[in-house]
Amino acid sequence: MGLFILRRLGVMILTALCLTFIVFTMTNLYPNMEKLAKTQGNFRMSDAEVASWLGQNGFLEPLPVKYGQWLGVWPGWTLEVEDGMRGRCVNGTVTPQVMADAPTFCGILQGDWGTSTVFRDDVGNIIATRLGLTGKLMFWVMVLMVPSALLLGVLAGMREGSRTDRTLSTFAITTTATPEYVSGVILIAVFASSAVGLRWFNGTATGAMDNATFSNFFLPVLTISLYGMGYIARMTRASMAEVMTAQYIRTARLKGVKFSDIVMKHALRNALIAPFTVIMLQIPWLLNGVVIVETLFNYKGFGWTLVQAAGNNDIELLLGVSVVSVIVVLVTQLISDIGYVYLNPRISVS
Amino acid sequence: MDPIGWGEITTRILIQFTPVWIALVVTFALSLTFKRRLGLYGKLFDSTVGMIGFALVMFWVFTGLFGGGFGWIVTHDTLSQISGLKNKLPGTPVPDAEANGLYPYYLMGGDNLARDVFSRMIVGAWEVMKIAPFATIFAFMVGITLGLPAGYFGGRLDTFLSFLANLILAFPVILLFYLLVTPEIVQTGIPVYMAGVLFLFPIIFLSILFQSRFFTQPAKRNLYLSVTLVVGLWIYLGIAWNADPLGIIGFPPNLLVVFVAVVFVNSPTVFRIVRGLTMDIKTRDYVAAAQTRGEGPWYIMLWEILPNARGPLIVDFCLRIGYTTILLGTLGFFGLGLSPGSPDWGSTINEGRKLLSIYLHPAVPPAVALLSLVLGLNLLADGLREESLRD
Repeated sequence: MGLFILRRLGVMILTALCLTFIVFTMTNLYPNMEKLAKTQGNFRMSDAEVASWLGQNGFLEPLPVKYGQWLGVWPGWTLEVEDGMRGRCVNGTVTPQVMADAPTFCGILQGDWGTSTVFRDDVGNIIATRLGLTGKLMFWVMVLMVPSALLLGVLAGMREGSRTDRTLSTFAITTTATPEYVSGVILIAVFASSAVGLRWFNGTATGAMDNATFSNFFLPVLTISLYGMGYIARMTRASMAEVMTAQYIRTARLKGVKFSDIVMKHALRNALIAPFTVIMLQIPWLLNGVVIVETLFNYKGFGWTLVQAAGNNDIELLLGVSVVSVIVVLVTQLISDIGYVYLNPRISVS
Repeated sequence: MDPIGWGEITTRILIQFTPVWIALVVTFALSLTFKRRLGLYGKLFDSTVGMIGFALVMFWVFTGLFGGGFGWIVTHDTLSQISGLKNKLPGTPVPDAEANGLYPYYLMGGDNLARDVFSRMIVGAWEVMKIAPFATIFAFMVGITLGLPAGYFGGRLDTFLSFLANLILAFPVILLFYLLVTPEIVQTGIPVYMAGVLFLFPIIFLSILFQSRFFTQPAKRNLYLSVTLVVGLWIYLGIAWNADPLGIIGFPPNLLVVFVAVVFVNSPTVFRIVRGLTMDIKTRDYVAAAQTRGEGPWYIMLWEILPNARGPLIVDFCLRIGYTTILLGTLGFFGLGLSPGSPDWGSTINEGRKLLSIYLHPAVPPAVALLSLVLGLNLLADGLREESLRD
């Protein structure tokens, strides 16, 4: 088991390095650099001015070197200019003394994530705040989604083929067929617009960032939950239906155990192994939903930041966001693998 | 003229859809009459869920074809703006319609640029129809061509390909889209190179398919192979490199980027499914029999294993078209790739959502359209799964 986790961790780190390198390469292509130079300097720069601006800010070094610097395993660049020195680890032009005191390495391994050009703030700070807000959203999504999906799946799966089963399965299929930008629009239209007139909830969740209430936070939470719920419910239903045909359930029925006891005490425990992995694997999917829903409801969390960073060519912020999301995806995959092995003794890993 | 009420709006919309109704009735009448002779497709008509799904899907297929392809159902041009109809409610009459020879009403109202919501929704179906099925087929070709050897041979090849697939799958889809579909990246030509690689796979797939089966009959083999290579490479040059020597086949560059992005996102999942199925099927007796007969590995993969994996693959194909539709909507929703003013559903929903609390009618029709198409595909897949499990 220990070796298995170690191997998985190794593969995970390799994957993370590859992915961040790809993102790094894509964001550091020359057209992107040129756009950055023009937005940071001025829009009427000539090509030579762009090149000199990029050179002064260390953007023209070879790609692997830049990646190493960003990661913090290669010494940060330094450059002598007319009135002092410039470098990766210092701000602007400084005297040689200051430069000598500055650290040699400064990358994400040292906790230096760079500065966002859009928000004019430290990337680490931005990501921490935004991730907190998204964490709040995700917490309530889990609170709503997991119990209702499991309930739905168990109710549908305990009597396969019955009318309850068919109704609930159709509902589950409908929710999986509804992407967040469709369900969100429909929910806002029905519950938040003045045209229908119900106005039970708010159409935006901007207020929920400081002060989440039921009326301004329920719609975004519901929108994300609905999409994930159907899939988990279908998995639970399949697993439950399979368990209900097992021999020991038949024996229990023949012994005369009450149906509710069979479901609660005998079937449920075995039926919940499969949904556990599915729930963990849903988290990367929810990340997508978070981006859409935060844009739709104007909730300024992690997903909203991703859109802002990508849309405004904010390279350092985009890199930070990708690192975090890639790590989230990989860690959930790892947990779901380990959890699956742990919960299901029939699977052996060696 | 006065605005018309909901009753008349419904009637008029139903009348606009007449060609679709006729086509649907004909399809169902023919299919139900001959269902015993139509294999799996015929069996679909034994399951209610499958039939409902099929009806929904065919409704949008016919709507897209007749409306976008032939221009029958649409009432107005999708880009023309008529002054005075900005954000007007459904059923609003068009001023001076008779004098200009226009349809007298905006059946589902006007959007924030005074365009007809109904017509844009209809043509949006055609936008999906143009991309989603082909992108899914391409993703399947890539997934099958790589997944079969990975599952069959295993070993280093499998480890390497699986690692690549997991790499792509660990990427948040929206981040990938933002990285691939922005103008700066398009400028560097990366999507075109990716198209150059991805679009080779169908040609490779078909060539190996014929070569492995007919290499003992050179005459037949040469015929099939040369047709595949000539037609395939011709289309390939036209689509991927925009360098068709005859100048007939071309592909709008922004559509190509969207196409490549969608194929790229879908193929790793197909790869994983095919790999899993292959690993399962290669332990069967008929594979062992083929191996004993001395058949080559590619023959076994493509002519023994693949046909026996078709059930789950057909089901997944339906689901995947639905997922591709959702992805296209996501691209439109973030305003990526597709040209501005494009009537695709995602873009229309994105434009409509800004005024959603006051005007519902621009955003809700495309949302409901997308929902019903994807729901139809899901129900169809469910019906197919049920029926294919039965035998």
